[in-house]
Amino acid sequence: MNPEFEHLYQALSKVDGFIYPNEIELSWSILIVLYPFITGLVAGAFILASLERVFNVKSLKPTYVIALLTSFAFLLVATMPLIFHLGQPLRAWEIMMTPHLTSAMAIFGFVYLWYLMIVLLLEIWFDYRYDLVLWARESKGIKKWMYKALALGSDDISPKSLKLDDKLGYIVTVIGIPSAFLLHGYVGFIFGSIKANPWWSTVMMPIIFLFSAMVSGIALVMVLYIVINHLRKQKIDMLCLDTIAKYLFYIIIIDFTMESLDQIHRIYEAEESFEIISLLISGHLNFTLLIMQVGLGMFLPLATLGIIQFYKPEEKLRKLIYFITGILVLIGIFFMRWNVVIGGQLFSKSFLGFTSFKLSLIGPEGFLMASIWLVVPFFILAFLLWLFPPWKKTPVEH
Amino acid sequence: MPLHLKRLLLTGIVIISLFLLLKHALTPESFGQYGHYRGNSMNEIAALPIHFVGNNSCVSCHDTIVSMKSEGYHSDLSCEGCHGAGYKHVGDPKMEQLIKPDSREFCAKCHDINLARPEKAVTQKELKEHHSDQKCVKCHNPHQP
Repeated sequence: MNPEFEHLYQALSKVDGFIYPNEIELSWSILIVLYPFITGLVAGAFILASLERVFNVKSLKPTYVIALLTSFAFLLVATMPLIFHLGQPLRAWEIMMTPHLTSAMAIFGFVYLWYLMIVLLLEIWFDYRYDLVLWARESKGIKKWMYKALALGSDDISPKSLKLDDKLGYIVTVIGIPSAFLLHGYVGFIFGSIKANPWWSTVMMPIIFLFSAMVSGIALVMVLYIVINHLRKQKIDMLCLDTIAKYLFYIIIIDFTMESLDQIHRIYEAEESFEIISLLISGHLNFTLLIMQVGLGMFLPLATLGIIQFYKPEEKLRKLIYFITGILVLIGIFFMRWNVVIGGQLFSKSFLGFTSFKLSLIGPEGFLMASIWLVVPFFILAFLLWLFPPWKKTPVEH
Repeated sequence: MPLHLKRLLLTGIVIISLFLLLKHALTPESFGQYGHYRGNSMNEIAALPIHFVGNNSCVSCHDTIVSMKSEGYHSDLSCEGCHGAGYKHVGDPKMEQLIKPDSREFCAKCHDINLARPEKAVTQKELKEHHSDQKCVKCHNPHQP
């Protein structure tokens, strides 16, 4: 048999009920799951950084720079899954050159650029400028020139200019908070605005995406802070870790409430799509939604972090609990994105049937490709931590 | 204004200018002439060689087959739908032969059972059971099935 037909027969054998011919295969696969996941980590990590800078949560100071660099490392990769999903990476720049104002994706290009160039790069630059000048003076060879170029050749570290840097950095962070909200709220909007799909089309989507982004970003920085200090054999600032965990706990509660509200709304409204969505949740998304997203990714961390707010075990155990909880939260949020992206394509627009999805190991949309884009930001972060070590920063009195 | 801020501002201006220059250089000249696309693409597409010639071109040589087809269930189908684009064949009928598909898989494209395809519009058979060892064209003349 023609291999093309064989593939079709295989896909057809997994179809339940009635679906339209173009719904047999999913057009958005794991790379599109990664896009909101990685963007969420960016926004979440930045918001954690801004807690220290703008909201003056001083105990979070040890993670301020790590959070900023994490946000930057992940932002650099955020669009890569999209570009590789397109299959025409060399055409990607056209979205910027001839943007269509009615295209939600084209506008994302500018939201992304605004966040990268105006918010993150500027904030990191203002924060590091003093150290860049000092490192340029101390270093030798290529590193010296690199630091000098990054400091834009300026050697000015007078108290007056440092004060101005601090002020401008603060303003950038203040602008950065709504920008981070905009960045990830916008990703939610891209899904929420697809009115043809009842699983996506809800005005709550940007808000849910935003809070889940904060949850994942904070969890990531918490895990990274533990890992970095473990690798550097340094003592962890437990007050800082406890504070991150406390904020993580609060934001998970808000995220949980928002997602529950959305579901209650759906259940009470019980629109014509309700039946197929209930079947979707109890059937195809049974494992990824009920067990991975809600059970492991939300209830378990909520319970653990909740207990720790009242009863604090000894440091070593607490660190281990925070580490495991952070990983669970990240897995949970990954599956939240999975359930939105993949779940939304599993049921037919006729509301009468389902198709199925099997993740392949290799290929342009396979597990390995996705793993690459999930691992690359950690290498970028390692490079950034080597080039701009936060632990070698000279403290400046703000 | 301190030197580093002046340089930062200059860097910003350079980046934005570079972007605008790139945008100018990379946007095709005829972009936006008719809509949000390259205007010249209309003429380029119109100038492409015609691949499909239409049923009327077939009648002049294959009148008996066309008239047989017009009386059968396949009367609404285009000849080139099964035989492929005919522009080369019309230009040189002896050298450029059209395809004559006769495999079961080809017929299955339309006639295999598919829940999403209305039964009233297209006859559908379970091809795994329906004389699975024989070619469809042995019993069914595709021009008058």
